[in-house]
Amino acid sequence: MKRKTEISELIFKIIAYVLLIAFALMCVYPFVYAISSSFSSHGKVILWPVEPNIQAYKYVFLDNMFWVSYANTLFLALVGTVWCLVYTIMGAYALSKKRLVGRHAFNFFLVFTMWFSAGIVPQFLNYQATGNILAGFAGLQYSDSGFDQKWLIILAMGMNATNVILLRNTFEGVPSEIEEAARIDGATEMQILFNVYIPMSKATIATVALFFGISRWNGYFWAMRMMPDQEFSWPVQVKIRNFIDSYSGLIETPSVDNVDEWKIVESVDYTKASIMSVVYAMVICGVIPILVIYPFIQKYFAKGVNMGGVKE
Amino acid sequence: MFKLKYDDFLIYDEATGTYSMAADQKVRDETERNKWKTTGLTILKDWRLYLMLVPMLLVYLLWRYLPMKELFAAFKDPDSALEVSDQLWVGLANFKMLFFGAMQYEFWRAFRNTFIIAFYGLLFGFPFPIILALFFNEVKSNVTRSILQVCVYLPKFMSTVIITALAIVLFRGSTSGQGGTEGIGIISQFLMWLPHSEKFAAEVMGARNGLVFTQRYFRAIYQITGIWEHGGYDSIVYFAAVIAVSPTSYEAAQIDGAGKMAQMRYVVIPSILSTVVIMLIMKIGSLLSVGYEKVYLMSNASNYESADIVATLSNRWSQQGNATLGIAAEMVNNLIGMILVIGANSVARRAANVSLY
Repeated sequence: MKRKTEISELIFKIIAYVLLIAFALMCVYPFVYAISSSFSSHGKVILWPVEPNIQAYKYVFLDNMFWVSYANTLFLALVGTVWCLVYTIMGAYALSKKRLVGRHAFNFFLVFTMWFSAGIVPQFLNYQATGNILAGFAGLQYSDSGFDQKWLIILAMGMNATNVILLRNTFEGVPSEIEEAARIDGATEMQILFNVYIPMSKATIATVALFFGISRWNGYFWAMRMMPDQEFSWPVQVKIRNFIDSYSGLIETPSVDNVDEWKIVESVDYTKASIMSVVYAMVICGVIPILVIYPFIQKYFAKGVNMGGVKE
Repeated sequence: MFKLKYDDFLIYDEATGTYSMAADQKVRDETERNKWKTTGLTILKDWRLYLMLVPMLLVYLLWRYLPMKELFAAFKDPDSALEVSDQLWVGLANFKMLFFGAMQYEFWRAFRNTFIIAFYGLLFGFPFPIILALFFNEVKSNVTRSILQVCVYLPKFMSTVIITALAIVLFRGSTSGQGGTEGIGIISQFLMWLPHSEKFAAEVMGARNGLVFTQRYFRAIYQITGIWEHGGYDSIVYFAAVIAVSPTSYEAAQIDGAGKMAQMRYVVIPSILSTVVIMLIMKIGSLLSVGYEKVYLMSNASNYESADIVATLSNRWSQQGNATLGIAAEMVNNLIGMILVIGANSVARRAANVSLY
């Protein structure tokens, strides 16, 4: 049966398409703008690079400290994600079991951290004490500039109760008959987790891993707060912001009028580039890993979020 | 109510004239007596399960609960020469200083800003993903929709540092200071090009660091970038609810003569209402935990008047060596936030019979 399209339907459809396309373009445009600007020689960019050159990338690629920070972030993202994933999967599996005595108490213990947090200052003091203990293992002091605080960031930060609950709900949805069958065949707790539960909740685990990884990759505040002076252990976000703060006039008002932000400067190793294009080049280098993995995981997370999502 | 009679669990033996206990009651008594023992045995048998739970509980205990012991400092005399445990109790003196004392202006300003930012975030940020999901439902081609979705989810995965840097650049003012147009951000240029924007253009020319660092436009830019960042991603949940509506409902509505708008009003909206209510509760729950990282990165002394929130204020105070007041200020903020969550959850439990926790 072919129905005649009503005029109101048509109008609604047109509005929907126009606004969706407009919003999608708005979401992508800033990145296109940043890419174009990083290749440009002055700031009059609208869409395409003007007077293109690759000096900015040369400047960034030859900057050793940028690559040190890049390696730090890779380390934090990989090890940190694995650490968070390991205890979250094991904990969520245990919490999903009805036979666990004191299950409600454990759940409350987690959920309470979503309701109330001690705040920035108490957390800072706590992290500092943790850092002191960790530094003690290496025979150092927290305040020693030789102490690398990456392990503090990996161990103590990045937990997320929402992810635990997401995973717990997914595990609860796995039919218990399969588990019983495995148990009759003599599977141990770990074997059940690895051979039954994890393969059956791949989408949610991928989503949770993505959330952990992204939050590690993007983390800025605590890395900056915990190690303002140890440049060699900065992650890339701290490095980018520090570069913007100290070289460009984006944050602090320049003291003189008529500053040319696109003027050419020379780095320590004699690479010439304009500061603003270097800022954009660093921004682009900082998002490339996410842009690379994003299309592959994108199909998982819509599914994962819906599967483990809110239950009534 | 009926009472248990003795012959419910005792058996009279006619031959000997004695009572003996029924077999199943014996078992029941045994179970009752050994309740704790069996519980203990189940725990022992499942020790692997509890061992699996330990790392997670330890992480939360050490780095989420242990910091709470620092909250005692809010009730103590801030004497920096002493350890917190040795400082003298002063009751509510710190809070008095915060609310009515020398710091009251900064505190109330931050408190007000937290509320305003959170409230605007709810007002503008909440309906947007719902509208987006309804629009996505109109796109029937899967390929087109996937491309659009990939685009709108993208900003969610960008770091706050990069988002704020781009926002600052795109909303930039004139860098030359004296009427020159150098360095004006592309969005500022677009807004200046719109009709009736002479006053606005003057402000752009005056703002050397751009509109982000002006008292007047900070909140708008904060909300716009917030919607830009989260809007697309948040629409996933609503879109899943919208496509779950059965096609037969639409057909039934069409046969009854419902147009597009009537279908929207009587079919789609009622079916996604429960999702909307749950998401609303969650939003209200996290109302006062405004993302301090973004505010921190988007504020400097020139826009504190509208940008400074309790978290950034307490961070700044602690860096200036006034940690006690910072702890007290954030504690007030977080306690109110907790009351909001519990309130929202109990209202929802009563009204809609949904509970999140």
